[in-house]
Amino acid sequence: MPEPFTQLTSRTFVLTADNIDTDQIIPARFLTTTSRAGLGAHAFYDWRYDHAGAAITGAPLNSVDTATHRVLVAGANFGCGSSREHAPWALLDFGFRVVISSSFADIFHSNALKNGLLPVSVDLRTHGQLLAGPGMRVSIDLERAELRIEDAAPVRFPIEAFARRCLLEGVDTMDWLLARMPAIHAFERGAAS
Amino acid sequence: MPQSLEPRTMFDKVWDDHVVLAESADAPAILYVDLHLVHEVTSPQAFAELAARGRKAARPDRTFATIDHSTPTLPPDASGARPFVTEAAAAQVETLRRNCAEHGIRLADWDSADRGVVHVMAPELGLTHPGAMVVCGDSHTATHGAFGALAFGIGTSEVAHVLATQCLLQRKPKRLRVTIDGALRDGVAAKDLTLAVIAALGFGGGSGYVIEYAGEAVRALDMEQRMTLCNMSVEAGARAGMVAPDEKTIAFLRGRSYVPAADVFEAAAARWLGYATDPGAMFDHEVRIDASVVAPMATYGTTPDAAAPIGAPTPAPQSEVARKALEYMGFAAGEATTAHAVDVVFVGSCTNGRISDLRDAAAVLRGRKVKSGVRMLVAPGSEAVKRQAEAEGLDRVFVDAGAEWRLPGCSMCIAMNGDMVAPGQLAVSTSNRNFEGRQGKGARTILASPATAAASAVAGVLTDPRAFTREREHA
Ligand code: SF4
Repeated sequence: MPEPFTQLTSRTFVLTADNIDTDQIIPARFLTTTSRAGLGAHAFYDWRYDHAGAAITGAPLNSVDTATHRVLVAGANFGCGSSREHAPWALLDFGFRVVISSSFADIFHSNALKNGLLPVSVDLRTHGQLLAGPGMRVSIDLERAELRIEDAAPVRFPIEAFARRCLLEGVDTMDWLLARMPAIHAFERGAAS
Repeated sequence: MPQSLEPRTMFDKVWDDHVVLAESADAPAILYVDLHLVHEVTSPQAFAELAARGRKAARPDRTFATIDHSTPTLPPDASGARPFVTEAAAAQVETLRRNCAEHGIRLADWDSADRGVVHVMAPELGLTHPGAMVVCGDSHTATHGAFGALAFGIGTSEVAHVLATQCLLQRKPKRLRVTIDGALRDGVAAKDLTLAVIAALGFGGGSGYVIEYAGEAVRALDMEQRMTLCNMSVEAGARAGMVAPDEKTIAFLRGRSYVPAADVFEAAAARWLGYATDPGAMFDHEVRIDASVVAPMATYGTTPDAAAPIGAPTPAPQSEVARKALEYMGFAAGEATTAHAVDVVFVGSCTNGRISDLRDAAAVLRGRKVKSGVRMLVAPGSEAVKRQAEAEGLDRVFVDAGAEWRLPGCSMCIAMNGDMVAPGQLAVSTSNRNFEGRQGKGARTILASPATAAASAVAGVLTDPRAFTREREHA
């Protein structure tokens, strides 16, 4: 079950590219793991390490301090590509808690929410402002579904009601589904008849 | 199927049939899953979650597993040991075997005649039915929509949900109809059409939608071609792609292992045909495409929508991302990509690893040689495809031409089993993703059809296969 999320104030780390796909977030060759843990070491691996496996000097991802920079701002259509949940696992383990973009790929968006990595969709103007100013201080208030950039007035962001409740109250989706087994069994009996 | 007066789309009908609890403002719908496909990469953490909760798979009879992603495509050594790329890869396959045994889930294991890439194997076994709800921890689950099933990829948390409850929490996507009029020209493949559709929709153009492919050109496609089309729906950002079941669908399924028994098959078939979209049903968005103008296509960038007819000048990049993609590929705007020496050719994957794909590639290669310096690898999509290809002598055609004939698996499509393209090498691949590093770190991928891949292997540069097929007709 993901850690509950209520609010967060942190600095942004910016990756401007659009269409950052799941093969960039966690290359396929690291998917042979059978665990959820430890994937941060391989997050954006090919952006951080050269062909010989040495850390690329000057790669911003190698110097970011995710204790102070817990919010990733990325270009449009973030997380496109595969259904691998390893992508949000890797981002969380790397130290990010929020990703802000103008749009997210469908399955990534759903996977992120299930793991307590908050995807925040913003309008193009806000997006442009965040992309242009790495290191901005942002506050995310999930209860109010508001994003505040520096000391500006907060802007609302869309968030699906159920996912929001699960994150705020720490509702476990598996428990929620299991509690509805009687309805599921009734459906099965109906379908069989 | 509940009767309703409102005309409904095929997607609506399949959705409605699987609603356990309807969605509300507060909660998504609970949907019942008819078929859950499982593979080694996205399932271990889901089984671990079940174990942590002391639960067993709710419906092992509705679950089917295969090993395909991490599996070597080279045969075992003299001692019987498989050449896994790492111990982790071997352990992942072993974990799935253990999990399947523990939960009573059928597994197409090494010794099974059924084993194959999940989206090749399930349709050929007749596991995928029209009107069914099919999920798998894999985005190319969209493939199964070719049968008029609602099929999409899910994450590992959802794999755990389905294992434990046979259900899924979902908000209903919107409906998009892509109508493809006209007829494909000779020598133009389903893959070419697919790349043209994605180029028209754009990389995220299908986002939030389930696509129904309709129109004369879609009706004319056979089932394997429809699978190629639906497979890449996710490359336009769509959750799923669907084609209405028709007589071709029924003919394909008749007699397969997991379809309803012969005495009830015709009744099931009649019901399946009823899933087609009602006249007058509304879509949220409509797109029309003319099949008759589609030429053999190839990608030039690092997203699948960056595709153009082979030999056409590469369009000038319209964004920083597009400029970087061209730079990564080593291509220049305004130039055709047909001048660059190709290093690797891959034929296979759930997009183009079926028997008709191998026939297309072999038809070009027969009596010809892979150009020296080019490495060509052919990985059949399943054991059944491999057997059929060998019965037809296609394996000999590939080997005689100088290509490597491998065991079934995902292989170079995802490059996690050791089959990969080296840094900087240029590959022509029949798979579905040309992302940076998808086929290996630094690998440059051109997506194309099996015939194009084979023609490019012979010529050593990206080549329109019609040059070869015409030459043969006139010989
Ligand atoms: S062949 Fe490629 S796309 Fe298809 S399931 Fe395997 S890795 Fe995924």
